[in-house]
Amino acid sequence: MSLLDSVLVILGMFLVTFGVRFVLFARAHKVVMPVFLDRALKFVPVAVLTAIITPMILMPDQYMAITLLNPWLLGGLAAFAVGIWRQQQLLTILVGVVVFFVAKYAISL
Amino acid sequence: MNTLQYMRQGAVASIPMIVGGIPFGLLFGSLASSYGLSPWFAVAMSAFVFAGSAQFVALGLIALHSPIWVIVSTTFIVNLRHLLYAADLVKFVKHLPMPMRAIMGFGLIDETYAAVRPLYGTGAADEEGGHKVYLGSFISFYVMWNVTTILGVLSGELIPGMSEWGLEFAMVATFIGIITPYLKRRPFWFCMLSAGVASVVLSGLPNNLGLLVSAVIGVAVGYFSDSAVDDEKSIRNGEAQGVGK
Repeated sequence: MSLLDSVLVILGMFLVTFGVRFVLFARAHKVVMPVFLDRALKFVPVAVLTAIITPMILMPDQYMAITLLNPWLLGGLAAFAVGIWRQQQLLTILVGVVVFFVAKYAISL
Repeated sequence: MNTLQYMRQGAVASIPMIVGGIPFGLLFGSLASSYGLSPWFAVAMSAFVFAGSAQFVALGLIALHSPIWVIVSTTFIVNLRHLLYAADLVKFVKHLPMPMRAIMGFGLIDETYAAVRPLYGTGAADEEGGHKVYLGSFISFYVMWNVTTILGVLSGELIPGMSEWGLEFAMVATFIGIITPYLKRRPFWFCMLSAGVASVVLSGLPNNLGLLVSAVIGVAVGYFSDSAVDDEKSIRNGEAQGVGK
């Protein structure tokens, strides 16, 4: 890539990325969120985070792996169970990560 | 609390995801140099664009000699989910001066949203200090991402095979730790299940589109089941009090 192309790629990527992230913040004091939207937006964390991690857990190698030989699934289930049971974030992370790495190691034996 | 304490709170909440991100910064830097791109290109991209998954997608497109407009419009689509985060955070930034909002916009990544949003919910991040908590998270990710990019460019993957270790499971576990406290009411279960099923079914779509569509589906299902639960409640209350509209 030429220098000009490199600059254009980075400039273009910067503009669209920053634009998407900033456009609503820029108008935040004028934007009046309709009530229905505000009620819908409270589902954003659960919806987006679930959509990010579910494929990572269920298809770590791009195909479905609902099996006890999938450390991502085992670690995810353990974290989920602890999270529902205790709702302490640190404990949830810790148990999930330990189960994941133990399972990964055990399966590789 | 003073500024530093606020910022530390944001940074601490981000630690597991920072650890999970390290292999990817290294991988991004080393991939860029293995494609024969100038070291400055990768470093500048991490510094100015600051968007993990979009940066990897862009590298792939550059390797395919895609035209610039394709790279830029793909980046736009990959990052469109951040609009949802911004919409959700509007109420917490509207009192802030414009330069602060611009900085926060620049730093609006999945991880910082995930780390800071629950703190607004519990009140740990308030009107006075919320943006400082946010900055603490943003700055620690920004430093991690740029330092690991530079290290990756300079020396390839520092430890070969590090990205195969599964350190990003720390991010998965953190996200689960963020999701589970919401699951006290049924609409959030419906939201999670629908978003999860959709994300697997749609995982073949290019450019994170499956992720975006699944997120919108999850939000819609949550919203409508929420309204249904409310209707049920108001009907029941109406009967109990003997008042009907």
